[in-house]
Amino acid sequence: MSDDDARRDPPEEPPEEQPEEPPGKSAEEPPGIIDLLRPRTTAGQLMGGLLCVLLGFALVTQVRSNQRDTAFSTARQDELVGILSDLSQRSERLRGDLRDLEATKAELERDVQGGTALQEARRRATTYGLLAGTLPAEGPGIDLQIGDPGGAVRSVNLLDALQELRDAGAEVIQVNDVRAGVDTHFLDAAGGIVADGRPLRAPYRFLAIGDPHTMTTALNIPGGVVRSLRSAGATATITSHARLTVSAIRSR
Amino acid sequence: MIALIGLVIGVVLGLLFEPTVPLWLQPYLPIAIVAALDAMFGGVRARLEGIFDEKVFVVSFVSNTIIAALIVFLGDQLGVGSQLSTGVVVVLGIRIFSNAAAIRRKLFGA
Repeated sequence: MSDDDARRDPPEEPPEEQPEEPPGKSAEEPPGIIDLLRPRTTAGQLMGGLLCVLLGFALVTQVRSNQRDTAFSTARQDELVGILSDLSQRSERLRGDLRDLEATKAELERDVQGGTALQEARRRATTYGLLAGTLPAEGPGIDLQIGDPGGAVRSVNLLDALQELRDAGAEVIQVNDVRAGVDTHFLDAAGGIVADGRPLRAPYRFLAIGDPHTMTTALNIPGGVVRSLRSAGATATITSHARLTVSAIRSR
Repeated sequence: MIALIGLVIGVVLGLLFEPTVPLWLQPYLPIAIVAALDAMFGGVRARLEGIFDEKVFVVSFVSNTIIAALIVFLGDQLGVGSQLSTGVVVVLGIRIFSNAAAIRRKLFGA
């Protein structure tokens, strides 16, 4: 600021620690607050006032615009790009869903005999049956064998394995001869583990239908299911199958 | 006094019109405002010390805001806009504080 130069002329202010005389009250001393507020109308004063109008205006404008949009105005460019691409991906997916549903609707409308409706209903019944575990299933998948020579496997290990398989996209899972459903639970019991009320014996065998590669990768991640089983003293082997049959079903 | 009235008028005008900040001005307006605040505190301090000069105030006000905005603009072109605007705000903040301290000493003697 150029008035620095002008300000440097008077002697420096005494530091704060030193006691200083109260500011001069005599007429020739620098002006006090009252004097400061006395209006004087010179061109420079008016100009300064004008600048202050500008400052106040800009200040309020900025504060207002800051309050208006807080969600995205502070986000960085790459975050915004990420949000945008997320949104466009989602809208693309939804558009695909919409197309499928429109096609189904058109088919149902064309179909006077109800054949398509029946087919659709059967297809959905099959899907729900597979999810609920009331139908046997067949497909590509993996076979996870957990050997337990030391008796170290606890129910929580089996639960971890089950959850990891679910997260990796397993559609149908069978543990020994128990079909896993939404409410499957494992309990530690004397002499073994109980799944859904039925005792399990080692070796524990998980049959999971889904993408074998994804599930194998998920189980093998560092610190994942296989590693923690092995560090606990159990053995774990995974074999992929192009065709796997899950025959156990849950009672309705 | 006129400056104070001007400030109030500006605030009222801003509240009345609710203007939107144009997009090209958005990165620079906050910095310019901080620079203007610094100039204003400097002016008050100079006034209290009896060395106030209207011409110096007007020139310093305008040049401060323009230079501050220009620095940020340059930083944006160089890809260090956010860091540079932080730096400018820090420097101006320090100046505002030292000016405020000088004003406080003049007014309250402490």
